[in-house]
Amino acid sequence: MLVLSRKKDQSIMIGDDIEITVLAIEGDQIKLGINAPRSVEIQRKEIFLAIKEENASAASTSVDLLKQLTGTFLSQEDKK
Amino acid sequence: MKINTKYLGEVEINEEKIIEFENGIPSFLEEKKFILLPFDESTPFYILQSITTSELGFVVVSPFHFFPDYQVKLSDATIEALTIENEEDVAVFVILTVQEPFTNTTANLQGPVVINSKVQKGKQISLNDPNYQTKHLLMPQAVGKEG
Repeated sequence: MLVLSRKKDQSIMIGDDIEITVLAIEGDQIKLGINAPRSVEIQRKEIFLAIKEENASAASTSVDLLKQLTGTFLSQEDKK
Repeated sequence: MKINTKYLGEVEINEEKIIEFENGIPSFLEEKKFILLPFDESTPFYILQSITTSELGFVVVSPFHFFPDYQVKLSDATIEALTIENEEDVAVFVILTVQEPFTNTTANLQGPVVINSKVQKGKQISLNDPNYQTKHLLMPQAVGKEG
C-alpha cells in the first residue's frame, strides 16, 4: 500500500481525473472531498462488505426452505 | 436454450431474456449472466438464476409489495452503466436471505438489484440511505406467530 501524508486542504490525484482532498480533521474523523467523473462509483467500504456478505448468505438458501417461505407468504396474504 | 437451475430443475429459456451483469455481483464477480424466473404463479418471488452456474440462484422479490415506502435513488454512475433512458424501463428487485424459521427471512434493501429491461443489463447497487440495511424482516407481522 502506498502511504502519503497530507495536511488539511491538501489533495492527492489518482490518475488525471480523480482528486481526493482532506477537508477537515476533527479528532479521529477525517472529512474527505472527492472529485471524480460521474461514471466512477464511490462507496463506503463497510457497506460494500455488508452487501458482499449478505449475497453470500442469500445464495445458500435450500429449495425446501424456499417452499416453506412461499407457504408462509400465502397464509399471510390470506389473513389480509 | 435449456439451463439447469437451482430451484426449478431444467428450464427452457429465451436467450433474449438473459440479463448481463457486467461487473458480476459482489461475492460472485465472475457471474455475469443471469435470468429472472418466476418461482411459481401465486407468489411474488422470483429466482435470479445464474446462466453459467446452476447452483447459484438468488431469491428476489419486487420490494414495493412488502415495503411500500421503499425508495431507490439511482446515481449518475448507475444510469450511465445501465444506459438507462426511461424510468419505465427500470425494474428493481431485492435479494432475500431465506432463514429458518422462515419468518426470519430478510430482504437486503441496502443493495437492490437494478435492471434496465430495455437492454437487459443489471447491476446490484448500494444505497447510502441510513434507513436501509442488508437485513430487513420481510414479513414482520408473521414473527412470533409461526416457526
